[in-house]
Amino acid sequence: MYRYDEIDQTIVDERVAQFRDQTRRFLAGKFSEDDFRSLRLRNGLYIQRYAPMLRVAIPYGLLTSRQLRTLAHIARTWDRGYGHFSTRQNIQFNWPKLEDVPDILAELAKVQMHGIQTSGNSVRNITTDHFAGVARDEIVDSFVWCELLRQWSTLHPEFSYLPRKFKIAVAGAEADRAAIFLHDVGLQAVRDGAREVGFRVIVGGGMGRTPIIGHVIREFLPWRHLLSYVEAVMRVYNRYGRRDNLNKARIKILVKERTPERFREEVDAEWAHLKDGPSTLTEEEVRRVEGRFTRPAYEPLSGDDAGHAARVAADPAFAAWVKRNVHPHKVPGYAAVTLSLKKTGVPPGDATADQMDAVAEFADRFSLGELRVSHEQNLILADVRQLDLHELWQEVKALGFATPNIGLLTNIICCPGGDFCSLANAKSIPVAQAIQERFEQLDYLYDIGELDLNISGCMNSCGHHHVGHIGILGVDKNGEEWYQISIGGNQGLTRAGAPASLGKVIGPSFARAQIPDVIEQLIGVYLQLRESDDERFVDVVWRTGIEPFKERVYDGHHQRQESRDRSVVAA
Amino acid sequence: MTDIIRDRKVVTDLWLLLKPPDDGSLPSVPPSGDIIVPLALWWRRRDELLARPSRLGVWLDSNEDPAAIAEDLRLFGVVAVRFPKVIDGRGYSIAYLLRERYGWRGELRAFGDIWRDQLFFLASCGFDAFSLREGEDSREALAAFGDFSETYQGSVRQPLPLFRRRPPSSHALLPGGSGHLEPPLSARERGGGEG
Repeated sequence: MYRYDEIDQTIVDERVAQFRDQTRRFLAGKFSEDDFRSLRLRNGLYIQRYAPMLRVAIPYGLLTSRQLRTLAHIARTWDRGYGHFSTRQNIQFNWPKLEDVPDILAELAKVQMHGIQTSGNSVRNITTDHFAGVARDEIVDSFVWCELLRQWSTLHPEFSYLPRKFKIAVAGAEADRAAIFLHDVGLQAVRDGAREVGFRVIVGGGMGRTPIIGHVIREFLPWRHLLSYVEAVMRVYNRYGRRDNLNKARIKILVKERTPERFREEVDAEWAHLKDGPSTLTEEEVRRVEGRFTRPAYEPLSGDDAGHAARVAADPAFAAWVKRNVHPHKVPGYAAVTLSLKKTGVPPGDATADQMDAVAEFADRFSLGELRVSHEQNLILADVRQLDLHELWQEVKALGFATPNIGLLTNIICCPGGDFCSLANAKSIPVAQAIQERFEQLDYLYDIGELDLNISGCMNSCGHHHVGHIGILGVDKNGEEWYQISIGGNQGLTRAGAPASLGKVIGPSFARAQIPDVIEQLIGVYLQLRESDDERFVDVVWRTGIEPFKERVYDGHHQRQESRDRSVVAA
Repeated sequence: MTDIIRDRKVVTDLWLLLKPPDDGSLPSVPPSGDIIVPLALWWRRRDELLARPSRLGVWLDSNEDPAAIAEDLRLFGVVAVRFPKVIDGRGYSIAYLLRERYGWRGELRAFGDIWRDQLFFLASCGFDAFSLREGEDSREALAAFGDFSETYQGSVRQPLPLFRRRPPSSHALLPGGSGHLEPPLSARERGGGEG
């Protein structure tokens, strides 16, 4: 983790004191709900369907075991004993009391955590690859750059009342595991011919009501200019982003209305004033921040562990878990492990306080005391010795975190939906559960192969449905919950030739009870059409288009009848 | 006369800020007294305003471009920026531009839907005078200037970002770092324990 220095700690402590005073004044009737709203949102506090919801930042998804134990303690003390890991590397507590929130924030500050800018129209938690620092295809350690950006954006005086929220993601490896084309600003680390580090800058991507793939506005931005260039982007956005319509206020709309070319010109004109100014990064500063990260003390291991290979050969269940949930590591003899929070019957991303404590224990015993949270809502132990994998597997299995489904259909990304969220049109968790139940047969799941299935309960698309290979969106029609299905989305360039893309809606929406059947039909079409085991569901959709899928789903007499009934009702 | 905050003190405001009537017409100009006029009035009646015996200021709404007065700044005794709603943050960038790009050194005043909880950010962006919304206690609000003792990023108030102001002792390089390492920078690659 990045370890705070005295100044980092002071800023977070002062923020807690400020919010404590704001809460006190609100509870004393000194200002209105509305006034307080604009303040509490800056600390991650929403008023939700049943109670306040507190969103805590897990900066770029990196946690220590000690921090996780604090999250468990908070869940136990001030909540109902669990937390929800979100799709933006945050954790949400759904039941805290308003008057307790200052104490919760103070507790977080003790372990160098906070809720600063986890909501509101400001720069949000900066997200990155959950394999940063350990991936074999690494270009830079993106954590360092995320922390530099975190500091720059924290309590930024000019950019704290933006037209809308602002999300930045950084990818530091060849593969894009941070969905950088679907953020307000995406940064892809690259090295030029002289091996100097820079960033490809992407703006105006995003999901929500108007999903757009971001535009590259600079192919190579030398690292020294990172902050001044982002400042130029932000200033253009803060001045000209729309403020008359909440649904058109994100930077993607400004970029679209201006055209990416003209937007880039405006940014360049602004940047001309800032380039080489005081916010130009220095090597000293990058090194300073880098040096404040704890670094795993790896043992010198000679290579792949022979005992591990033997155990994989001997135990098919272990082998299945290794295949799906264990990932290559750049240090010989080590591996990264995903603990699946996607067990059937449990809301995706939820973890109980006891589970958090247990994972903290695993992190200490097996992974040098650290872990990560992925935007796919799983937990990652990034530094496990291969020789420990079997023992770890047995323990996480007992805890229910060993579902060997990473990358597969049942590793569903899912927002809290109508069960918790006041914005949602429809429930999402029961849909995820119904699908997981239908596809519980592991052999079948493995035969289907890699498939991202994402569910959002409304157009805000917290469940990233636009970029699911299969996406499910909850919609409201005359007070009833319906579900629209899209196929062919992709979150980012995770393999060559498969860039980020947005799914296409296959047709009229369905009742909740129909969804597992529809998914099964889509899978049926795929299994018939695929030309080899290597061709994934999404590859087939891209090759054939959505027509064959559409035909099957809507021409089946059963579906057609219900679909008609529904349109009659809807009309 | 009302109280405003100027240079972190509560003072009586001697300026009259002219607002357009609801019908959108231009406000009428009193024959004497220091006034702050809307941009549109400045454009339409510039010569007449300059001929008055008293001091003149201008105010910008959040959608107005500070470049519009960049050439005229020397004529004004105060420049004010309106915040129509607290969530409309354009005024922060207007202040930045007036100070950093157009060189305005005189009084820069924020007014409208602002109260104590915005003061710290407003001051960082270069405002030095604040006319808080009705019902706010300006004296109580003064405490807000001390909400934070340090900031990371450069601003109008503190042009150097924190990383250019840290004492040299905290600039320690990585173990073995000679200052001439390959630019960034993969911490884990380089190894070396933190001790």
